[in-house]
Amino acid sequence: MSKKLKAAIIGPGNIGTDLLMKMQRSEWIEPVWMVGIDPESEGLKRAREMDIKTTADGVDGLLPHVLEDDIRVAFDATSAYVHAENSRKLNELGVIMVDLTPAAIGPFCVPPVNLSAHAKNLEMNVNMVTCGGQATIPMVAAVSQVQPVEYGEIIATVSSRSVGPGTRKNIDEFTRTTAGAVENVGGAQKGKAIIIINPAEPPVMMRDTVHCLTVSEPDQQAITTSVHAMVKEVQKYVPGYRLVNGPIFDGNRVSMFMEVEGLGDFLPKYAGNLDIMTAAGLRTAEMFAEEAASGSIQLPARG
Amino acid sequence: MNLNGKKVTLHDMSLRDGMHAKRHQISLEQMVDIATGLDEAGMPLIEVTHGDGLGGSSVNYGFPAHSDEAYLNAVIPKLKNAKVSALLLPGIGTVEHLKMARDCGVNTIRVATHCTEADVSEQHIGLAAKMEMDTVGFLMMAHMVSAEKVLEQAKLMVEYGANCVYCTDSAGYMLPDEVSTKIGLLRQELPTNVEIGFHGHHNLGMGIANSLAAIEAGAARVDGSVAGLGAGAGNTPLEVFCAVLDRMGVETGIDLYKIMDVAEDRVVPMMDQPIRVDRDALTLGYAGVYSSFLLFAQRAEKKYGVQARDILVELGRRGTVGGQEDMIEDLALTLAKDRGLI
Repeated sequence: MSKKLKAAIIGPGNIGTDLLMKMQRSEWIEPVWMVGIDPESEGLKRAREMDIKTTADGVDGLLPHVLEDDIRVAFDATSAYVHAENSRKLNELGVIMVDLTPAAIGPFCVPPVNLSAHAKNLEMNVNMVTCGGQATIPMVAAVSQVQPVEYGEIIATVSSRSVGPGTRKNIDEFTRTTAGAVENVGGAQKGKAIIIINPAEPPVMMRDTVHCLTVSEPDQQAITTSVHAMVKEVQKYVPGYRLVNGPIFDGNRVSMFMEVEGLGDFLPKYAGNLDIMTAAGLRTAEMFAEEAASGSIQLPARG
Repeated sequence: MNLNGKKVTLHDMSLRDGMHAKRHQISLEQMVDIATGLDEAGMPLIEVTHGDGLGGSSVNYGFPAHSDEAYLNAVIPKLKNAKVSALLLPGIGTVEHLKMARDCGVNTIRVATHCTEADVSEQHIGLAAKMEMDTVGFLMMAHMVSAEKVLEQAKLMVEYGANCVYCTDSAGYMLPDEVSTKIGLLRQELPTNVEIGFHGHHNLGMGIANSLAAIEAGAARVDGSVAGLGAGAGNTPLEVFCAVLDRMGVETGIDLYKIMDVAEDRVVPMMDQPIRVDRDALTLGYAGVYSSFLLFAQRAEKKYGVQARDILVELGRRGTVGGQEDMIEDLALTLAKDRGLI
């Protein structure tokens, strides 16, 4: 029996397609289904060309095949509005849900910070926060693992072309969700998130600034070591994740300036913000697969 | 230019844009002192918030002396006739901030986006309009795109519910012809019940000239700031503008001597530095860079030894937009490294 877990992707848009391309290289996850709602959509067409089974009947079109195709994990790249229903239906059949929408029904997952804990607990729904969260929360955590952080602030700057209509319609959700995860996962007592959309051409690469205010005087050496180690952890799944400047210290302020270049699979390289979401989502599913293969977790039983 | 008999609503920025020049440290007493002075002078609308709008309190933009809520609660009950507006930049502030401002008695909400990104304002403009507030769309850095693009984006804001749209010269880069073209097109193409506004900066010394061009082209609201207190070389100095409008026969409803006194006796004494077109403010206007970057670039110059002018020109070259203050220290570090300074 193959160690790979079989997967379905819901939402054949930019994110779903990029995820599919990354998944085809994975040693742990095998893409089987792409789920859409429009039979004529480019995304479903692309998936068919890549020999992936498709349905245009939404998640309901996938449900009858879950057991026969042994689908174990699903990635939801649709919208917060439909995620809850998608998740409920698939969880009932024992499918682990990786949520790339801002719905955040399940716990936030930022792989190098808390993924292994989620995998060991066999969380059936994990949420990937936001692109800005994936790019910055590892840095907040790198500081808070050394000493208490009173306040964590992140500023994500993304190219206009890489921000879709869903995010634009509800940009507050980005700031709210990211700030929550800066606290909840990053370990800051209080979190703040800012997003800036830049329309420059050629498009700017995603960049992120992270400011932490530590409770006591920052231990410069320990924090610098921790930050560099964390950058390496993220680079394992996002090779284009770079610390451009910092950590710099100014009183109790610790600041890091990051740049995120994507792999350029389906999404262009400047769209590091989208790439880090798909890469983190896939990394999450892979960890579940690794834990299942090693026997440390038991996937829901199937007849 | 004949503006005789025209009417314009002036809108004071000293307690919001002026917060940039004061590093957001204006005291509650100073706010009340200036706002009541303006009220007595007949200023119809006064903006009060963190320089970067509601929720701007941050490491990135600066922590203010007091919260937006504290400022609004201090100022609004003291005003007899003037109304108060609040700025909100989606991506920084949220609808929660908007509701708070409304509960404090804010009359006018101004939702600001970069001039190409109006579609991030839908939820905020929509809610403000639904709450029947005076709802303004504010297109920043409007010098970076064509008049047609500004119009396209303005139409989105109107569609979401804005009853007034601003063409905003955040960098103080525009010359009068550009103002005429952009305001003129907006006036020509938008429904007559939608007002057009202009917000200028004085970085090329064009604050007054541009504002006059805006009125001639159809702007019904013009922003300025008493004593010019604002980011960069400041906004159009309102006491000067009032004198000019008075001579040109434009109705503002403002008492010229009273606003002159507010400028001289209340605002100038609290300035941390003279608000003037110094070398760096001039660079902002010349290179088309967001005005509030000024003090950040000057601080980076002190800290890393790279000239503020070099930093600002490079920021302009990279197409930075409003809110990207974090780029300044990042860029200064990179330039200092390249030059072997650190």
